[in-house]
Amino acid sequence: MVAHGLPAMVRAPNQTRISFKVADSLAHTAPETDGPADPGRRDFIHIAAGAAAIGGIAAVAWPLIDQLNPAADTRALASLEYDLSKVALGQQVTISWRKQPVFIRHRTPKEIATAKADDTASMKDPATDASRVKAGHEEWLIVLASCTHLGCVPTFAQGEYGGWLCPCHGSQYDTSARIRKGPAPKNLELPEYSFLSATKVKIG
Amino acid sequence: MSDHPSTYKPGTAIERWLDSRLPIIRFGADLMSFPTPRNLNYWYTFGGILAFCLVVQIVTGIVLAMHYDTSGAGAFISVNRGIMRDVNYGWLIRGLHANGASMFFLAVYLHILRGLYYGSYKAPREVLWLLGCVIYFLMVVTAFMGYVLPWGQMSFWAAKVITNVLGAIPVVGDTITTLLWGGYAVDSPTLNRFFSLHYLLPFVIAAVVALHIWALHVPGNANPTGVEVKSKSDTLPFHPFYTVKDLFAISVFMIMFAVFVFYLPEAMGKVDNSVAANPLQTPAHIVPEWYLLPFYAILRAVPDKLLGVVALAGALGVLFALPWLDTSKVRSMRYRPTYRTFFFFWVVACAALGWCGGQEPDGQIIHGFEGPVLIDYDINSVTWLSRISALYYFAYFLVITPVLGLTETPLPVPDSLYTPVLSHPAGAPAGAAAAPETKG
Repeated sequence: MVAHGLPAMVRAPNQTRISFKVADSLAHTAPETDGPADPGRRDFIHIAAGAAAIGGIAAVAWPLIDQLNPAADTRALASLEYDLSKVALGQQVTISWRKQPVFIRHRTPKEIATAKADDTASMKDPATDASRVKAGHEEWLIVLASCTHLGCVPTFAQGEYGGWLCPCHGSQYDTSARIRKGPAPKNLELPEYSFLSATKVKIG
Repeated sequence: MSDHPSTYKPGTAIERWLDSRLPIIRFGADLMSFPTPRNLNYWYTFGGILAFCLVVQIVTGIVLAMHYDTSGAGAFISVNRGIMRDVNYGWLIRGLHANGASMFFLAVYLHILRGLYYGSYKAPREVLWLLGCVIYFLMVVTAFMGYVLPWGQMSFWAAKVITNVLGAIPVVGDTITTLLWGGYAVDSPTLNRFFSLHYLLPFVIAAVVALHIWALHVPGNANPTGVEVKSKSDTLPFHPFYTVKDLFAISVFMIMFAVFVFYLPEAMGKVDNSVAANPLQTPAHIVPEWYLLPFYAILRAVPDKLLGVVALAGALGVLFALPWLDTSKVRSMRYRPTYRTFFFFWVVACAALGWCGGQEPDGQIIHGFEGPVLIDYDINSVTWLSRISALYYFAYFLVITPVLGLTETPLPVPDSLYTPVLSHPAGAPAGAAAAPETKG
C-alpha cells in the first residue's frame, strides 16, 4: 500500500488524530515518532499543494475560456457612419454593423401617428414611441434587425401592427418596432447612435 | 467482465508472450464468446448498426476535413464547388456523411424505442441507459454543429437561432452566446469554433460508446422477455450467433443507406442551404433537420422564450430520469398491455411533434376549417397540436409511467427467457415477439 521506504500512515480505529510510523529503512535518517507527531505540518503540505494545483488550473483555464471572446479585430469594427439621404420616405435599408443587421427605416407620417397612438396600448415591453427615436428625428427609426426571440431578421409590412413579422416563430412588431404579439420577450433593440447632421448618422 | 470466465487459450509463443504483457487478444476473444440471451430479436441489432454509423461518420468526416475551408468566406464554396464537383469522389463522401447523419439518427431512435419498449433502462442497467442518453445528447450537439459547416442560409440561421436559444438562460445566457459567437453575431469565428468542436466530439462519443459497451457487459444484455438470464442454457456465445445477426442487419441497413446516397442524395436537404449564408436576410421558413423537429416543435409550442427553452431541455432531460420514474416491477412491455397502449400513443405524439416542427406555427391541420381561437391561436393550428402532443410527451414520463407502474396488473411473466422460445412452434426467437404472453 505504501511505497517502499516512505513513512506508513496509520489510523487506529480509536484514534482521532493521525500518527506516523517511520519505516525501519528510514529510522536512521528520521527521528522515531511514535504517537502523535505534528499532523499540522502534513495537513499544511496537502492544503498548500491542493491550493497551488487549483490556482494553476484556474490560471490556465482563464486564457482557454477568454480566447473565445471577440478578438481585437472583431472589436475594432465598432462604429459606422451612414448617409441617410439615400433612404427615401417609406423606404427601409438593412445595413451590417458589427456583423449584425440594422434596420434604418424612413417612417411615413402615418406610421409615426400609429406608433404614437399605440403608446398607451398594453404591451409586453412598454415603451413610448418618443423613447424609441431621437427627438426631432421621429421619421428615422434605427433598430437592430434581430428578433429578440431567437435572432431572425423580421420582415416589414407583415403582421397585424403594420410593422415587422418574424418568419421564424411569428413574433409581431409595430411601426415603432415594439413587440406586440408572439414569443419574443422584448422590443427590437436600439443601437447606440447619434445624428452628426440632418442626413448623417453615426452608429456605435 | 462480469462472471464470464475467460476461455481464451493463447496458441502460439508470441500470443503467450503478449497475453502476459497486454491481454488484448484475450479481451477481444472474451467479448466474442460473451454469453448473450438466446432470444434477442432484430430490434437488438441497432447497437451494431450504430457502431457502423459512427465509423462511417468518422471516416468520411476526416476525409471531408481535408478539403474543407473553415473561413466564413470560403466554407460555402469549398463544400458546394470544391467537394461536390472538383474533389475526386467528393460528392460520394459528402453524400455518405450528410445522409449518414440521418441514418445515424434513424438508428438511434429505433435503438431508444427498443430500450423503452423492453424496459432496458431498468435496474441493474441504469448506468448503461444514462450513458446512452449522454451519447444521444452528444450526437445532437455534433449534428447541429456539422449542419452549420456548409455555411448556407439554413446553416447560418440554424446557428443563429440555436445560439440564441442558449441566450435565454438567465444571468449567464449572454456570456455563453458571446463565447460561442466570438463576436457580436454569428460570423466566421463562430464557424471556426464549430468546426473544431465538430471534429472533436465524435471521438468523445466513441469514448462514451466504449463505456456504454462496458456497462452493457457488466449485467449482460437485457432481452425481449425482460427476464434475466438464469443459466448458461439461456445464452449463446456472441460470436457467431449475434455477429452474424448484426452483420445481416447492417447489410440491410446499408441497402437503405445506399438508396439515399445514390438516388435521393438531397432528400433530407433544404434548397435554402444552396444559397450562401446572408446575415441580413432570414429565409422565409427555417426548419431544422428532421431528427430535431420534435424538439423544435416543443420549443415553439411554448409562448415564453425562457420556458420554451426549459421545455426543450426538459424533453431531453426527462429521458435521463426514466429509470427512476418507472415504478413497475415488470421490465418488458410484452407483459404490460396497458403501458404498451400508452407507449404507442407516445410514439404517435413524437411523430406529431415531428410533423408540427416542419410546419408554420399558424398552419392549419385540417385545411379550410376555421376553428375558434383559444388564447392566441386557432385550435385547428399546428401550434395547438404541438402543445397537446408536448403535454402528452411529458405526461407519459412524469405521470403515466410512475402511476401505471403501481396500479396496472401485468400479464404473467415466464419463469425463464427460454420458455417462450421453446413453446413457440417455430422455436424462433424473432417470431416469439408476436404473442408470447398467450403461451408463456
